[in-house]
Amino acid sequence: MATQRKAVALISGGLDSLLAAKVMLEQGIHVEGINFYTGFCVEGHTHAIRKKDKAKPKRNNALWSAEQLGIKLHIIDIIEEYKQVLLNPKHGYGANMNPCLDCKIFMVGKAKEWAVENGFDFIITGEVIGQRPMSQRKDTMPVISAESGADDLLLRPLCAQNLPETKPEREGWVNRAELHGFSGRTRKPQMALAEKFGFDDYAQPAGGCCFLTDKSYSVKLTDLWASRGKRDYELDDIMLLKVGRHIRPKPGFKLIIAREEGENNFLQGYKKQFITLMTMSHKGPLTLLDGEASEEDLQLAAQIVARFSQGREAQSVDVQIAEKGVNKLITVKPLAAEGILPAWRV
Amino acid sequence: MIELDARRLMCPMPVIKTQNAIKPLLPGDKLRVFCTDPGVLQDIPAWCRINKHTVLLAEERDGEYILTIEVGNE
Ligand code: SF4
Repeated sequence: MATQRKAVALISGGLDSLLAAKVMLEQGIHVEGINFYTGFCVEGHTHAIRKKDKAKPKRNNALWSAEQLGIKLHIIDIIEEYKQVLLNPKHGYGANMNPCLDCKIFMVGKAKEWAVENGFDFIITGEVIGQRPMSQRKDTMPVISAESGADDLLLRPLCAQNLPETKPEREGWVNRAELHGFSGRTRKPQMALAEKFGFDDYAQPAGGCCFLTDKSYSVKLTDLWASRGKRDYELDDIMLLKVGRHIRPKPGFKLIIAREEGENNFLQGYKKQFITLMTMSHKGPLTLLDGEASEEDLQLAAQIVARFSQGREAQSVDVQIAEKGVNKLITVKPLAAEGILPAWRV
Repeated sequence: MIELDARRLMCPMPVIKTQNAIKPLLPGDKLRVFCTDPGVLQDIPAWCRINKHTVLLAEERDGEYILTIEVGNE
């Protein structure tokens, strides 16, 4: 009997990677999944923050896919290495801050390394020609294969028939005739295949697999870099961009104001790292101050925070400012509604 | 019993930490993971199911989620 070949599948949690892996399993290939966590992934974490989302916890679709397929899934933290991809993408960004082409090259490259280390024969992805404007085009497919170093060990089962033969096909590890020739933006062939395999309830992400395709998220990220004068970030930064109202009254600092109880609790965890503001005479949200603030700035910050408290119409509100374990109390008049300039809102 | 502190981490980080902590362990070994993200109650059991480990106990105590896992045979 011929040896069973092994493929590592990039599993994003979406339908396409689920189908691609299933097509391989149907051909008798041993498949294991790999999922990369960049810190920006839509899967996971944010559901833990907002209280209203807590009642209905969101499943992790990559794990869900692996379970449907009956395969192992290896989740890999690439937060640190991914910075280089996002900060200096050779092929630039998509519509927002998404460096999709560089991201794909990086992930396929990592999967190739993993395959070599773990004795796997080839790599598969759920890519479909023409499906996404930036990374999934006829001319970018060979770029990903070449620049990732995967070369002809990278097989795309859903559109392989539209691409040159790869080693797994040439060597007869997989049967090219039973692969697919999907192309374009239509989702119909995928949906038909999903039905054939009996998959339902699969994830249908609107934009892409990560927050970088989101416009308002990208605006916040760009603002963060502009204000710091350098393009860099830590995991905490990118988490905080998903939480609260962000208001930047001055270039040097911004306020992150909790919008509800879940966010309030989440921000509590950052009290040691940031200056925090909290209204004491009235109920109000916990606020973090990110950046440098003078006495005058703190005064303005307190007035803004008071505006978002239940004392917004009061003549004066007591605000506690805590920095590195030292608390001080100041009394301010809440800023008028029109005092919060639209341009301040990030 | 090995203990893993995954408090303050958001999913999927606690899952990744659990996965990495289990790697050097032997079948039958036990691991206890302490988390604060309620998402772990879904994600860690799902990860355990696909990797053939068993969640012996999942409890909530003082706002923390504590999972006790027995390492499987594979
Ligand atoms: S959407 Fe995000 S994770 Fe997906 S390819 Fe683009 S940059 Fe990478």
